[in-house]
Amino acid sequence: MNVDYLTIHEAHELLRTKQISSVELTRSYLERIQQIEPKVHAFVTITGDLALEQAKESDERIAKGDIGPLTGVPGLIKDNMCTRGVRTTCSSKMLQNFVPPYDATVVERLRASGMIMLGKSNMDEFAMGSSTENSALFVTHNPWDLSRVPGGSSGGSAAAVAAGETVYALGSDTGGSIRQPASFCSIVGLKPTYGRVSRYGLVAFASSLDQIGPLTRDVTDCALVMNAISGYDPRDSTSSPNPVPDFTKCLKPNLEGVRLGVPQEYFVQGMQPEVDNAIRAGVKILEELGATVSWEVSLPHTRYALAVYYIIAPSEASANLARYDGVKYGYSYAETDSMWEAMEKTRQHGFGPEVKRRIMLGTYALSAGYYDAYYLKAQKVRTIIRQEFDNAFKQFDALITPTSPTVPFRIGEKTAAPLQMYLSDVCTLPINIAGVPAISIPAGFASSRAESRGDGLPIGMQIIGKPFGEETILQVAYAYEQAAGWWKRRAVV
Amino acid sequence: MKLSREEVLHIAILARVGVTDEEVDRLSEQLSNILENFGALQQVDTTGVPPTAQSIALQNVLRDDAVAPSLTTKEVLANAPQREEDFIRVRAVLEQYSQYAL
Repeated sequence: MNVDYLTIHEAHELLRTKQISSVELTRSYLERIQQIEPKVHAFVTITGDLALEQAKESDERIAKGDIGPLTGVPGLIKDNMCTRGVRTTCSSKMLQNFVPPYDATVVERLRASGMIMLGKSNMDEFAMGSSTENSALFVTHNPWDLSRVPGGSSGGSAAAVAAGETVYALGSDTGGSIRQPASFCSIVGLKPTYGRVSRYGLVAFASSLDQIGPLTRDVTDCALVMNAISGYDPRDSTSSPNPVPDFTKCLKPNLEGVRLGVPQEYFVQGMQPEVDNAIRAGVKILEELGATVSWEVSLPHTRYALAVYYIIAPSEASANLARYDGVKYGYSYAETDSMWEAMEKTRQHGFGPEVKRRIMLGTYALSAGYYDAYYLKAQKVRTIIRQEFDNAFKQFDALITPTSPTVPFRIGEKTAAPLQMYLSDVCTLPINIAGVPAISIPAGFASSRAESRGDGLPIGMQIIGKPFGEETILQVAYAYEQAAGWWKRRAVV
Repeated sequence: MKLSREEVLHIAILARVGVTDEEVDRLSEQLSNILENFGALQQVDTTGVPPTAQSIALQNVLRDDAVAPSLTTKEVLANAPQREEDFIRVRAVLEQYSQYAL
């Protein structure tokens, strides 16, 4: 039986009807990983033995009739979420040998739901980047075109799902790190509302923005993973006590009565015409499905989101990453007796260039004399950006935008110019600033690009919801997915 | 807004990140470029606008001060670069301080 590119619900059906065992399924995925990895490089760590052990346990559970939607289905965890006994590197030299003594809450919850963990995925170092090229370990390649980036920072997770190396994966999203790689790899990626999913055990980057979410082949799978990972956790004081609905209940194929807005500001300068056309065509499909669509929505302060983000995120990062001092855990520079020299050299050699750049930027923005001009100012503009979303959501149930202004770019194309790289997230950053949920779903391919092969290069559509409005954006995403059918295409590696 | 070499070095000390001469030059240029682009923020009228530190309504989340199982000393120390018995070994703090004091 060919089990490549299965969705969670397809795998569940095979397991439930005993057409395949979890051990067989897991073995098949481990074999595929061996085949595909030399081309894609999505995994930092492959946990084959552990996965087979977990699969055996799952088969025992299934034999007793104890089977949930995720039981026995292989998944992949981004390497910034702690996994007990399995090294968690953040794709950084700083944590290359760090073996956490505990599981992140999301890992604990997925394990309790019966996840088989295939391994840990590559990422931009400490989740800082938009292409996974900032990994201190190696570069991940886009399965749709191996000469291009998979996006980032959750590029390993997205590439592995697209290449059929795993059924699903978890990513984290601080400014677009789930949605932009989902867009670049033509899969589904959801950044939940800030507070919806516990971040206990997620290596902190920017604490007022970070959120964990699923990367999956379709919207149904996204809802299934959200059911497993969402909800209050006493170990994360920012996790919300709001009740968690069954997210699969909102997946309906029509959009009667749903009010959608398309904010002009997201059709930015420098956006590729193929992306523009794909989103406009997508909006038309949403109208045909019964939604009312207005193009008369404006979020004028969107243009300041990039600056707000790149002040707030590095500021928080500079504080969060102060813990890497070579004393308690992680890389430690040993060739000195001086405490300060050891600390400075540990951080000099342990962090890569982008991480150091952001620590420096954040330290500057928080330093005496500049705090008011940069950090406080950014926090005030953040308030305005959130208010604009709140106002828009008085009229609309969801907003439709492109996920990224471009299709995947070439490896090496933007590494020399940090600001150019930052612009890749211009459509996703405002969502983290406001703390609202958003999903990216496949919305077509730019086939007119002369250099692209086969299907062309993936384009993603972003659907933004009000706080804790995940059900609405999942409904819109599901209806669109079923009508448009892009999810059926597979990256042939 | 141009960041001088001295300013970059000062930030590097605040952040405790060692930098080479080349890095100082590169960071001075890159950070200046980034900050210049962020200057646009100053155009926004934020009179009377309160700052937002985080985006959810939760405030002062409290919990009972209850005893619960925690990691063992062995597990906690397992990743420490230098250990001595049940302690993390650190370098001397005070004798070096005056040299690096800001």
